[in-house]
Amino acid sequence: MNLIRYQAPDSAPWSTLDRWSSLRDELNSFFDMPFWSGFGRAGQLFTEWSPALDLYESGDHFVAVVELPGMRKEDIDISLHDGTLTISGERKRESTNGETAQRSERYVGTFRRSIALPTRVDASKVTATYQEGILKVTLPKAEEAKPKQIQVN
Amino acid sequence: MNTLNRENREADRGQAEQFITPQASVTEIADGYMLEIEMPGVKKEGLDISVENNELTIIGRRSLPAVEGMLVHRESRPENFRRAFELDPSIDGDKISAKIDQALVTLTLPKAEHVRPRKVTVS
Repeated sequence: MNLIRYQAPDSAPWSTLDRWSSLRDELNSFFDMPFWSGFGRAGQLFTEWSPALDLYESGDHFVAVVELPGMRKEDIDISLHDGTLTISGERKRESTNGETAQRSERYVGTFRRSIALPTRVDASKVTATYQEGILKVTLPKAEEAKPKQIQVN
Repeated sequence: MNTLNRENREADRGQAEQFITPQASVTEIADGYMLEIEMPGVKKEGLDISVENNELTIIGRRSLPAVEGMLVHRESRPENFRRAFELDPSIDGDKISAKIDQALVTLTLPKAEHVRPRKVTVS
């Protein structure tokens, strides 16, 4: 069985009331119906994986923090092009030999997040760490974009 | 497995701590079930897994990385995670095991010996 979850990255508002919670389950099971999977890409519209991204800014750098639980480091791609940071990756479906999915909310497949940085960054000094399922990308600002103190003579 | 959702019921009753519901998958495997829960920012030390009255509760408290600077764009939520499942009676509650890798919590819930299929040989 191929259970597909419709896009609901933030399920909290639904969970606060059990009534809504069961409604959400009903909606989920509606989208799990074969009818939707038959639509191919149309079905994917509801299943897009969009991990949460936070952006911090300080005087000399930006830090992007992305929630990517249960990934392998090698499956995460980070690129910088024209001042836009793009983080993409793929989570492969694990073998399903003799296994039956009973409830499937975790996203499988690819994701892609892009964020336009407000100022120029030094692409050669970008660093990234991945710990506890959280990707942290540090992007130092380009020299000309750093705040400067100008002395009056 | 009867994975009835009993998420955040206590939170509704004005409990001090607010939780959010993490995403989970339940898979039936040969001798039981496998439960996978995504808890970004949670370390082994922040996990609290308990079984009471046939209800399995998983709480994950985050230790988020300290980030220098001002938050200019936010999509993540700061709350900790909590999710509860009603265990199928066939599961042996004493034999549940758990591991965590990059914030993906994997629980193995084996079925009790007496409910496993058995081959009877005709003599």
